[in-house]
Amino acid sequence: MMGNKVITVRNLVKKFGSFVANDNLNFEVSAGEIFGFLGANGAGKTTTIRILSGLSKPTSGEVKVAGFDAYRQTENIKKNIGYMCQKFSLYEDLTVKENIVLFGGIYGMSKSLIRERLVELLANLRFQEYENRIISDLPLGLRQKLAFSVAVLHEPRIVFLDEPTGGVDPITRRQFWEMIYEKAASGITVFVTTHYMDEAEYCDRISIMSEGKIVALDSPEKLKKQYNAPTVEEVFIKIARP
Amino acid sequence: MKRFLGFVKKEFLHIFRDYRTLFILFGIPAAQILIFGYAVSTDIKNAGVAILDLSHDEVTQKLTDKIFSSGFFKKTETLLNYNNIDKVFKKGKTKAVIVFEDDFGKKLISEGKASLNIIADGSEPNTATLITNYTTAIMNDFTNEFAGSVLNNSIRISPELKMLYNPNLKSHFMFVPGVVTLILILICALMTSVTITREKEFGTMEVLLVSPLRPIQIILGKVTPYFILSFINVLLILGLSWLVFGLPVKGSITLLLAECMLYILMSLTLGILISTVSKNMQQAIFISLIGLMLPTILLSGFIFPIENMPKIYDYVSSIMPPRYFIVIIKNIMIKGTGLMYIWKETLILIIMTLVFIGLSVRKFKIRLE
Repeated sequence: MMGNKVITVRNLVKKFGSFVANDNLNFEVSAGEIFGFLGANGAGKTTTIRILSGLSKPTSGEVKVAGFDAYRQTENIKKNIGYMCQKFSLYEDLTVKENIVLFGGIYGMSKSLIRERLVELLANLRFQEYENRIISDLPLGLRQKLAFSVAVLHEPRIVFLDEPTGGVDPITRRQFWEMIYEKAASGITVFVTTHYMDEAEYCDRISIMSEGKIVALDSPEKLKKQYNAPTVEEVFIKIARP
Repeated sequence: MKRFLGFVKKEFLHIFRDYRTLFILFGIPAAQILIFGYAVSTDIKNAGVAILDLSHDEVTQKLTDKIFSSGFFKKTETLLNYNNIDKVFKKGKTKAVIVFEDDFGKKLISEGKASLNIIADGSEPNTATLITNYTTAIMNDFTNEFAGSVLNNSIRISPELKMLYNPNLKSHFMFVPGVVTLILILICALMTSVTITREKEFGTMEVLLVSPLRPIQIILGKVTPYFILSFINVLLILGLSWLVFGLPVKGSITLLLAECMLYILMSLTLGILISTVSKNMQQAIFISLIGLMLPTILLSGFIFPIENMPKIYDYVSSIMPPRYFIVIIKNIMIKGTGLMYIWKETLILIIMTLVFIGLSVRKFKIRLE
């Protein structure tokens, strides 16, 4: 794969009391890669994402994100990542423009740069007429696309997408993935969790977690071959429910 | 700093875009002041009183005139004998009957004392007490005048009723400080706890926490607008009570405003604490309303004097911040005292603020882990 590693995780362990949420995880993610992070509910995905995004500290192990240490340099990590969670992550009572100005400002972007990106982003999404519309007036598909655009507004090195396409129709999901490809091509690493196995097929590599451990990690093709399954879905079911 | 200001601006947008929030912020305080000031007033004005004069002499005539010229009472009927008293109460307009005994004037002049009965409608105990107090006061006033002008020897010496600080017994003098106390803690704690739990519920809190904003900036950014708006609220309430009720601030206005700021700060930190323990907005609203409003009204000394409470309620009320602020604000506004007399209460509020901040920070950290 591409040489430049933006995420390095070695022997990561995270415990809550006696419960082990992440049990000795090891993986690396390269720049520009689309990394699918799969697993049943409660497998420990969210815990890992929280650690990688600097929200929570590992119990032990080595974690580096964008070259920064997850124990001591969480402030630097936060400046270099984007984040979009399963719940809708924009302010519904603000307009499209106000949301963009707000998040641009939070990430320390200059006014002129925000203005520039705003115009660019609205043009890309064919969104111009929505600039001054309140978010809650927009259909869900548009909102999700906008949320993604806002998550990568400051051109982070890595963007974390936690089930970004929940509840979205198939056409919008396809468009959403086209946006993901576009961003990955520009060098942004995409770290995505999903429950849609067809989406897993779009990833460069996927890891499958079960009970706090990573039980499979490779490209979708290789995993299908290894588990002798026609789709990633079959692979997932074979692993998650043995 | 630029990040922070952008964030504060966003919070203002939330507030100004939501008419309900605006209404709660400014409509309710104004309404409360007017309602408590007028409707829940404990003053009496034109209370219905009937007269049963068994003596019919010059003195009782003078006394009757004096009673009805006071403005507190309105004459409903003139009775001829005791039998009609019950009937006149049942009509509902009469709240009290004043009965002069036989030969009232003669006895007062010759023996130096005469008696008069005040029969009040006990089904409205507050009004009854007020009417008897007012009548007694008028009576005392009259006997003093009478003693001075007609006789130069002493008639009976009566206890003088004098109201310090509130000579006209104006009840909104008592209510305005109470309403300020209630409104501020309610709005600050309710609004902050709701606005923070809202971010949690909608998932935007996660996004903010992942951003380069520090948690302390997020919290400060969320409460700053409410601090400013609450302070404007204080000015609004004080202005309104001055304009409508003519309630002056006797003490230092600077001190009063500083104490209000401290109390607002305390309430905001309490709101933050509530937000860290509640899972969603409903819970935050529930805790703020039930947990704060009722105890503030009932136990803070706002309506019911703490001295009259059973000891156990006294203890309960001593952990309630409004109790101390009410003392502070009454002292400054009505008595005009300085910091000298209220430093203890001020100190307690400062300590409470620090405790709430400490607890919130701890709770917040645990949640992040």
